[in-house]
Amino acid sequence: MAELGVPVELTAAVWKIEASPGQQVAEGDVLMILESMKMEIPVESPRAGTVTSILVAEGDQVQEGQVVLLLDA
Amino acid sequence: MIGPVLIANRGEIACRIAATCRRLGLRSIAVFSDADAGALHVAAADAAERIGPAPPRESYLSIPAIIAAAGRSGARMVHPGYGFLSENAEFARACAEAGLVFIGPPEAAIRAMGGKAAAKAVAREAGVPAIPGDDGADQSPERLATEAARIGFPVMIKAVAGGGGRGMRRADSAEAFPAALAAARREAAAFGDDHVLLERFIARARHIEVQVFADAHGTVLHLGERDCSLQRRNQKLVEESPGPGVTPALRAELGRRAIALARAVGYVGAGTVEFVADAEGPLAAERIWFIEMNTRLQVEHPVTEMVTGLDLVEWQLRIAAGERLPAAPPPLSGHAVEARLCAEDPARNFLPSPGTITRLDLPEPAPGLRIDAGFRSGDVLTPHYDPLIAKLIAHAPSRTEALARLAAALDAVRVEGIRTNAGFLARVLRSEAMQAGAVDTHFLEGFRRQEGTQA
Repeated sequence: MAELGVPVELTAAVWKIEASPGQQVAEGDVLMILESMKMEIPVESPRAGTVTSILVAEGDQVQEGQVVLLLDA
Repeated sequence: MIGPVLIANRGEIACRIAATCRRLGLRSIAVFSDADAGALHVAAADAAERIGPAPPRESYLSIPAIIAAAGRSGARMVHPGYGFLSENAEFARACAEAGLVFIGPPEAAIRAMGGKAAAKAVAREAGVPAIPGDDGADQSPERLATEAARIGFPVMIKAVAGGGGRGMRRADSAEAFPAALAAARREAAAFGDDHVLLERFIARARHIEVQVFADAHGTVLHLGERDCSLQRRNQKLVEESPGPGVTPALRAELGRRAIALARAVGYVGAGTVEFVADAEGPLAAERIWFIEMNTRLQVEHPVTEMVTGLDLVEWQLRIAAGERLPAAPPPLSGHAVEARLCAEDPARNFLPSPGTITRLDLPEPAPGLRIDAGFRSGDVLTPHYDPLIAKLIAHAPSRTEALARLAAALDAVRVEGIRTNAGFLARVLRSEAMQAGAVDTHFLEGFRRQEGTQA
């Protein structure tokens, strides 16, 4: 098991956080939903694991490549 | 007409409205958020008013901020453009209360067409066929199963509170219905509301809409149709007029339906009546149904302007000032196609691409080629607003020539700093299916997937 940072693909606002710390997730599960240019973009889990911490809050602005969530995977 | 006109919008549509104001000798006033202080639409108008911070809720969607800006600037009319507050009945009312002429339909007409269920009820009253379905007044599984059988299988089960494809299930038969209903309900519950509605499933659909215009003196005209079947995420990317395969008789029938709906709600101004057409086989009136009415100017209005020779914004301004429409619309001439140049990456499922446009070279407007741009080199596209950079519209005697002209114009687009869909759209316009007019609302996403597997 290693800690894995999940980055976002684009500059956006955090619209909705779906995952919570301690939660078991499967690869492809939606961790949070971003909003950019009037579109909703899901952030999916890159692999199965446990969410250890969430580094952003709903409404935050995030930059392309920024790590928003840590996963024990 | 009375100026000044406050333009309660941004980007290409604000620039486009300012151009018509200038031609008519009307003073125009732009509004801008902090993100847009140096924007092209601010430069396009005669004056500009700051309305707040970048987030739309605090600026372009803030009724008090915009009404205050109108007051400060001495505006007499307000043009809402599309999106933002353009279909907001409260905004229409706030304008009237402030003594401003809202360039759009009466508040009551906006409300009557505001909800899908309400609009369908208007259609029933007006004798216009809407897509067969059930609005889910009775949510018992037995009753829904009975309604599904009446609508006919396959049927779509849609969560009232759903979105983005979630809470949607297709049932192919009465036997499969209970399980599909239970699955749709489970997904719907995630939205905090497990209510569902039913709709006939159309495997291959085309989106066809009719432009209507009504004045305050009882004249209602239609200006033909636009086919807007090329969509991604339910948003249009390519639109054309006339619609491929729309015969004069079908045009007259859709026009009749659109006018009946406009009359039913006491419509005034520019509006668009949207229909869904079954794309299996040739278009047929009995397989085309009303979906909704947009009570505003559409993004794609330039294709109608190119085939009619009219300036729809000028007509909006004249009607708002109480002028009369002519007795008959002009005949349609030639074929027009529009492509929306957007900051997005087709190779990554149309992922938005905000950032600084370090270089933006668009082809020069020419006879048969119109460019409606909202940005220029050096501008920043923020994640707060939509990804539309410019619209390219080609007009030619035939559809084939118009498609070729538009594809060539897209080839000439040079953008650096962000990703755009220019190359993708040019390939779409040259595709066999598009050339043949054999497209439907799933075509673009299918074309993109096909390109992805070939790459």
